[in-house]
Amino acid sequence: MSLSESLRSVTSGARSVSRLGEALGNQSRSVRWSFGAICILALYLLPWWPNVPVLGWIVETPGTSFPSVLTDQVVIFVLVALGLNVVVGLAGLLDLGYVGFYAVGAYTVAILSSQHANLPWLLCMPIAVLVSMVAGVILGTPTLRLRGDYLAIVTLGFGEIIRITANNVEWLGDSRGISNIATPPSIGPLKFTVLDAKPYFFLGLTTILIVIFLLRRLENSRVGRSWNAIREDEDAAELMGVDTFKFKLWAFAIGAAIGGLAGSLYAGKVQFINPSNFPLQLSILFLAAVVLGGAGNMWGSVVGGALVAWMPERFRGFADKRVFVFGVALVLVMVFRPQGLIPRKIRKERWLESWKPSTGTALGDKE
Amino acid sequence: MSDNLLELDHVTMQFGGVTALDDVTFAIRRSEILGLIGPNGAGKTTCFNVMTGVYTATNGAVLFNGASLAGLKRFQITKRGIARTFQNIRLFPDMTAIENVMVGADVNHRTSVGGALLGLPRHHREEAEGRNTAMELLTFMGIADRAGDAARNLPYGYQRRLEIARALATKPQLLCLDEPAAGFTPAEKIELMDLIRKIRDQGYTVLLIEHDMSLVMGVTDRIVVLDFGRVIATGTPSEVQDNPAVVAAYLGVPDDDA
Repeated sequence: MSLSESLRSVTSGARSVSRLGEALGNQSRSVRWSFGAICILALYLLPWWPNVPVLGWIVETPGTSFPSVLTDQVVIFVLVALGLNVVVGLAGLLDLGYVGFYAVGAYTVAILSSQHANLPWLLCMPIAVLVSMVAGVILGTPTLRLRGDYLAIVTLGFGEIIRITANNVEWLGDSRGISNIATPPSIGPLKFTVLDAKPYFFLGLTTILIVIFLLRRLENSRVGRSWNAIREDEDAAELMGVDTFKFKLWAFAIGAAIGGLAGSLYAGKVQFINPSNFPLQLSILFLAAVVLGGAGNMWGSVVGGALVAWMPERFRGFADKRVFVFGVALVLVMVFRPQGLIPRKIRKERWLESWKPSTGTALGDKE
Repeated sequence: MSDNLLELDHVTMQFGGVTALDDVTFAIRRSEILGLIGPNGAGKTTCFNVMTGVYTATNGAVLFNGASLAGLKRFQITKRGIARTFQNIRLFPDMTAIENVMVGADVNHRTSVGGALLGLPRHHREEAEGRNTAMELLTFMGIADRAGDAARNLPYGYQRRLEIARALATKPQLLCLDEPAAGFTPAEKIELMDLIRKIRDQGYTVLLIEHDMSLVMGVTDRIVVLDFGRVIATGTPSEVQDNPAVVAAYLGVPDDDA
């Protein structure tokens, strides 16, 4: 199978996923729920997919253990893409320093569980989320007055500041990094050890599902509507009464919190971090995941994050040409699907069909 | 409370060396339709932009309900009760007509991140209220049949009406319409003017920028005429119509008279 053929199959696959989504949207609630349940079950069984014929050949990652790829790469990238999608895809703010928040999350766990204290991971994680969120507010407050390219440059600088600071401050472990980071506590038969990556995957997948659930609530609320309005036309949004600064800051804070959450999972898994784990390149890859998947579409972020994480491992057989293959794949996907694999959808107003005019109040209650 | 809903008090607006508004003073009375007319470049839209906080006046003050709007952010001015439409349509193109209007209705809502995440009763109440407001306004504007379509896919006339519906959703005391009938056929214009009169009859005050003199004459209670950033006439449509300065501004002055 030639490269372009395989890419065509990827894009047409994405198209059929989109269509499947639409078809499902028209099904009854029970059909949708049972389909969702089956999908979730299949996802929890992901570590065993390589054992399935055909499917196994597609997903396998030659030379690297598949469950490790899932936990070290895929879970992290999907989570990060979901968070960055809030900032870039929903609110339309170009953030090139997202790795900074990811690093803040990882370093918070590292400092509190190893370097300067011995707190358990389960306590460090929420603190890390909170600290990243605060970092988002601190970065956002002065910079969200900027727009477009200017914001991109400032955030780019932020990502670098975090990495360089970690590299040079002894309290943060400088370039040697921090080791012996606490792992998540065992839950029944799930033991979080170096030997088995699967428990981390279950933890990561569960976290992703919770994040998706919460983000959906935000998207379907005044908050999500405000973000969309800001992305579409910031001036018009403000003149229609949207407190643009407040909602942009929320987008930043929530995005940062999810980035920090991903960082704390990462730190708990690898148990050793140093500044070279958080290069600028990672910010670019995170952004690539969001754009490749389809900025503004949560499912796009999930697919984009998973692909960007998994593809380089899948193509490891190409040895030192694998990054090239990965790059060509990205370019071709963007040529054939410029809006991303699963583009943003116009909202379906399902309730419209059943809407009945009540006694008019919209105009009448002026007096 | 005074009769005047909004007052422009000696407002001057300069951009570098260009004076777009020069000592402009006029008032909008409650429950009237005030027409703001003038030739191209007279400063009509600049006037709107000063009132809605897009620009800060170089000199002078804008008083709304007797209180100065100076220092307020744009969204705060909208919350106070001034809503506007745009000369060049500025909808949220990838959002549905309903969502566009709901953004306007959200001005009167308070649900934020916490309420949405927890799904508090207020969130559900406000969503339902927003939908109802939006659908009623779309029905009122006669565009409810395309409520679920993206704004970008609506016909031009629908987009213009959708902008008015979005502005009305903020429940403004003052509705500012910037050439709402631009690009309309004469029949559509008449229909729109009927609608504007209906809006006023619901208790709204309307400020209307319009190019088409005959239309303005038909629908407005009073008219303010701008030319080169100055108010050259104020009065009822018939008074303004006969004003020589207005005739000169619109038709030009014959050479031998100058």
